[in-house]
Amino acid sequence: MKRRDTLKSIALGSLGMATVPSTDLIAAPPEKPLVVPGGRQKTEAIRDAKLMAEKFFTPHELKTMTVLCDIILPADEKSGSASQAGVPAFIEFMVKDQPVHQIPLRGGLAWLDNESRKRFSKKFVEITKAQQIEIVDDIAYPEQAKPQFSQGVAFFNKMRDMTLTGFYTTRMGFTDLGYVGNTPNNWEGVPEEVLKQYGLSYE
Amino acid sequence: MNSYQIQEAPEVFDVVIVGSGAGGGMAAYQLSKAGAKVCLLEAGGYYDPADPKYITQLKNPWESPRRGASTTRPFGDFDAAWGGWQLEGEPYSAAPGTEFHWFRSRMLGGRTNHWGRISLRFGPDDFRRGSMTGIGDDWPITYDDVSPYYDKVDKLIGIFGSKEGLRNEPDGHFLPPPKPRLHELMLKKAGKNLGIPVIPSRLAILTKAINNERGQCFYCSQCGRACQAYADFSSSSCLCKPAVKTGNTRLINGAMVREVLTDQKTGLCTGVSYVDTATLQERTVRAKIVVVAASACESARLLLNSKSARFPNGLANSSGVIGKYLNDSTGASRSAFVPALMNRKRYNEDGVGGMHVYTPWWMDNKKLDFPRGYHIEYGGGMGMPSYGFGMGIQGMNGKYAYGDGKTQPSGGYGSRLKEDVRRFYGAYVGMAGRGEPIPLESNYCEIDPNNVDKYGIPTLRFHYKWSENEVKQAKHMQDTFEQIIHEMGGIALGSKPGKEQNYGLEAPGKIIHEIGTVRMGNDPKKSALNSFMQGHDVKNLFVVDAAPFVTQGDKNVTWTILAMSMRTSDYIIDEVKKKNL
Repeated sequence: MKRRDTLKSIALGSLGMATVPSTDLIAAPPEKPLVVPGGRQKTEAIRDAKLMAEKFFTPHELKTMTVLCDIILPADEKSGSASQAGVPAFIEFMVKDQPVHQIPLRGGLAWLDNESRKRFSKKFVEITKAQQIEIVDDIAYPEQAKPQFSQGVAFFNKMRDMTLTGFYTTRMGFTDLGYVGNTPNNWEGVPEEVLKQYGLSYE
Repeated sequence: MNSYQIQEAPEVFDVVIVGSGAGGGMAAYQLSKAGAKVCLLEAGGYYDPADPKYITQLKNPWESPRRGASTTRPFGDFDAAWGGWQLEGEPYSAAPGTEFHWFRSRMLGGRTNHWGRISLRFGPDDFRRGSMTGIGDDWPITYDDVSPYYDKVDKLIGIFGSKEGLRNEPDGHFLPPPKPRLHELMLKKAGKNLGIPVIPSRLAILTKAINNERGQCFYCSQCGRACQAYADFSSSSCLCKPAVKTGNTRLINGAMVREVLTDQKTGLCTGVSYVDTATLQERTVRAKIVVVAASACESARLLLNSKSARFPNGLANSSGVIGKYLNDSTGASRSAFVPALMNRKRYNEDGVGGMHVYTPWWMDNKKLDFPRGYHIEYGGGMGMPSYGFGMGIQGMNGKYAYGDGKTQPSGGYGSRLKEDVRRFYGAYVGMAGRGEPIPLESNYCEIDPNNVDKYGIPTLRFHYKWSENEVKQAKHMQDTFEQIIHEMGGIALGSKPGKEQNYGLEAPGKIIHEIGTVRMGNDPKKSALNSFMQGHDVKNLFVVDAAPFVTQGDKNVTWTILAMSMRTSDYIIDEVKKKNL
């Protein structure tokens, strides 16, 4: 055992006292030099780096979320799935950036597992696709859902919101949408055939 | 030895300017062009939208981990403003039962880096609303005094628009306006049917190049991110940098000005002292003339904090008026869904930053139950998705049939949602009224007796309440919005804000058009500054932001700040030549 590690274990094991090991006794992780991306202020870059180094969701929660995101936006003939667009990682960042989302999402995922165990004695990720859809169908339609599922409905609305925003703010989302802007161009007005379609003109 | 040393630069400048926004930038430009030795102080950092270090323009949402959400910047990650309604270590307060939200940008150019570039001249009536209506006050000058300076600003800075011949919306020297977008053509048509004018907007954006220093607009719609081609107006790009280039302006960033210094014998300003925000050292700049342009509330704060035996109420404040008559634009908005715009053909519709058309005030207040007007700004189109895009789809997707003519229950999941996003894309319009408030003596800012900021500078405490006049104006805006929405075949979203929500009237300060706190006027008992924005009590003190303005019209005052600052700068040059200063 290296000296530093020995000292560390002593510090941690010292007679049940609330010991706060001094920082020089703990092997400090090598500091990554902060890179300030173009267009960001240093304080913002420090905050972003800190958030990105943290983890909020457990691997199980992330797995559950991924299944749910891909039910919300599956791959189809037009574009890929939510997870292919990196939506779960985006949500992971957002809950750290805006902690107001943390309890509704963590709690919502737990609600989903509870519901799944109640019906099928297994967690949501362990049940069959058909069983997953059975639960989702009970919470995906706000105007039709039974009152006992209202918390599930609120959770699913939030997941739908985050998934759609996470998906459509990617290149894959832009392509799916047909967004062709954000590039230097020359605006010459509404295309002629569109004017015609709407019966409008520039006079 | 005392470790707290006051460091003093030996040089005496002709002019020291506090603040690099529209007013300070114009003064620095105009005075240094005339050969004056200028020191330009800016509390925030250096900024250049053409330097990759600062560029946010043309970035894609995925280049922000929060996809442009407004967690750290109030208008989102890519917005140019370094600041917001709250700044770390620089608090302010409001008296109980009152409210004011104070937006500050700490950067070269201040808030001109992210503003909407809406550049409306005041009209003749806007200078004499008091005598016209019996409510409020007139300016000490008229449109004819300012008009030549509006002309010069138009040519120097560049503005697009159209000649309309409207009496109180005077035409300027306009570059060609961009053609309306599809929803803007629909708004125009609806306006025509209703007798509500919808005309080309007037924005400080170069649809044609005007010189070799600045490029032409390339239609990315992102003026709020500041332009790397300098094709829109910001004080940093268009005034401060050219001022420094003359060799006559020394720019000092990170200079948080604490006090205007005065000679107790002569009663004249001798310079300013500031806190170097990087080292927290106290420093002094000596100058023969002090020009304050720190933004309306910050300028009032600075003068109120510049107390001395000779000026116990603060500098240039024998009238006691400084801080009073604080007023922000009224604002209310509504959005709508336009079914006819569903399933639109895709093309690049970004256009310039903001609206291509707007509605100037068109009504006669004699026939209305409120005394002042408003204009309407429009939004909409196939914009770039960012954080928030697609949210709330369950409120829409159950109401409208799909391509096969069938509807499906609201909410849901699966490929259907992708189709929803695609079919509703670009089918929304928004409209926002921006109106003229009545400046009231009872709406004011003062020095908070109990608080200082992190530099030890006493902070502001606000007292602000809207009056019935503004509330009634907001009600009228909401009625008008619904008329327009209905006429263009749209469906207004959300519920119409009623009396209990003040008809959606935004809280004071939210529109970021505050003015009025260092009033100009002919009577030294009722105003702090004369008609050249020169201190009644202190002749070598000038204020050139919007603090001196008596009223703001419904005109988003930046263009007037530029014109008035240029006018005062010319007056300073003249007075120095005449040896009056």
